[in-house]
Amino acid sequence: MTVTTLSVPRSSGRVVSPARAVWLVVEGYWVWYRRNWRSSVVSSFMLPVLFLVAMGMGLGSQVSPGPATLGLPYVVYLAPAVLVASAVQTAAFESTYPILSGFKWTQIYWGIVASPVTVAQLVAGQFTWIALRLLSAVAAYLVVAAAFGALSGPGVLLALPVAVLTSLAFCSWVVALAASIDSEGQAFNAVFRFVVLPMTLFGGTYYPISQLPAWLQPLAWVTPMWHGNELARTVSFGPADWPATWGHLGYLVVLSVGGVLLAGQRFRVRLMV
Amino acid sequence: MAEGLVKRFGEFEAVRGVDVQVRRGEAFGFLGPNGAGKSSTMRMIGCVSPRTSGLLRVLDMDPDTDGPRIRARIGVVPQQDTLDNELTVRQNLHVYGRYFGLSKSYLRDKTAELLEFARLSDRADDQVDPLSGGMKRRLTIARSLVNEPELLLLDEPTTGLDPQARHLLWDRLFRLKQSGVTLIITTHYMDEAEQLCDRLVVMDGGRIAAEGSPAELIAEYSTREVLELRFPLDEQDRHLTDLRDLAERIEVLPDRLLLYTADGEGALSTAHQRGVRPLSCLVRRSTLEDVFLRLTGRSLVD
Repeated sequence: MTVTTLSVPRSSGRVVSPARAVWLVVEGYWVWYRRNWRSSVVSSFMLPVLFLVAMGMGLGSQVSPGPATLGLPYVVYLAPAVLVASAVQTAAFESTYPILSGFKWTQIYWGIVASPVTVAQLVAGQFTWIALRLLSAVAAYLVVAAAFGALSGPGVLLALPVAVLTSLAFCSWVVALAASIDSEGQAFNAVFRFVVLPMTLFGGTYYPISQLPAWLQPLAWVTPMWHGNELARTVSFGPADWPATWGHLGYLVVLSVGGVLLAGQRFRVRLMV
Repeated sequence: MAEGLVKRFGEFEAVRGVDVQVRRGEAFGFLGPNGAGKSSTMRMIGCVSPRTSGLLRVLDMDPDTDGPRIRARIGVVPQQDTLDNELTVRQNLHVYGRYFGLSKSYLRDKTAELLEFARLSDRADDQVDPLSGGMKRRLTIARSLVNEPELLLLDEPTTGLDPQARHLLWDRLFRLKQSGVTLIITTHYMDEAEQLCDRLVVMDGGRIAAEGSPAELIAEYSTREVLELRFPLDEQDRHLTDLRDLAERIEVLPDRLLLYTADGEGALSTAHQRGVRPLSCLVRRSTLEDVFLRLTGRSLVD
């Protein structure tokens, strides 16, 4: 048996800067991701392919360009909104099980807050990681969409920040939920079935919400996805209706700030007891 | 250093006024049953649980305002291993070391050193999940040492481990103490407290019941020896009167009598002369278990 004696303690006592702490949390996730990336890459590519083929090519062959599609081929009309929708879906998934796991299964959050990294830095790192994950999913989508000739031009790249903001506006609330529950129960299923899916179907992704019955339209106005879709189409195709654009942007920012603050509070309550 | 430390969860008061002073370089223990407030106290010392009231200084700093700076200089072994089961043994150490601002090149060497210390070198690149409980515990301890802490907090370090794994862990902890690390340990095992602690407090119901070195506590609250007598279930009470004057104190447990006396063998032979015939008998030295029984009227491990 080898006997090792450790050197006399001379702890560095180093506290990393807040920005660096946030980045180290992201780095920790990256180490994990490098071992487990395969399944997520497949779904990142597969989902947009399926969507664009089925909706853009299949359904789109039956839709002729008209006022409702802003005079564009359906697959082009669809592209920016499907980008937002797939970003939100990726973000929503990353905001459910991985969060609960950090508290309950892998319990990595408890280890992290025992280090010099603070709860606020952990939360910021977690959201940064989610943003990077959805950006990588969206990048995969853009490659696929370009291959299908669904991109109208470089303006679509501006839809990227829109996708990040829309995702944050929604998934921050899901993170807050995941940080508040003790077992998965039906909560996450309910989020996907009764929020994400209807929001995608009725939030103006596949058709303008003016096609909805009047009584359904206010429901679409509440969803971050509708605001995100509108913004994404504006930046992709123009022209901007400024009051409306600011309205969409403002709504998404307010939702994001509220959700992030709530998520931070839920993390603090749970970890610092 | 803590004075009048209190932790309340809503109506429930988990820690009800704790005063302790831990000296640099010593191994200090909190001994008590589950629910005595040990873990709550540890979490407050580890700066992951704001105190409700009272004074607390850790390494001469205030956890309320200097949490990150304190946490940078301590190591924490929580009651449950919070390892990332999906990473390898080495990656767990590496990722955790990064949170302390340590460079990747430094961590390459440090990780190897810690793996050897924890005797996990040959499992370095295995995933954590399938490791045994003892290995995970050693990895958690190795991880807590990544920043070369001056103070190490160990919450129930050997609960749930088999005897061999416990002895290996005790050996590692003893080495750490030798190298100058201050240890604060909670445990509900009296043998662990006796093995590891220079000084300890006995905690019960959120309060400190007694404080001292293991030997002092035994000298103060117990006798040198204990005579344990086991009887058929219905006969225990009958013999009690015959034995009353043989010991300074008698504890009546459901399954046996404990006679506290300086001379266990002497008491046993007198009992035999009086015609008392127990099913089995045992003379042993007093332990902290007896101290706890005396202080609280209950056993440590129920």
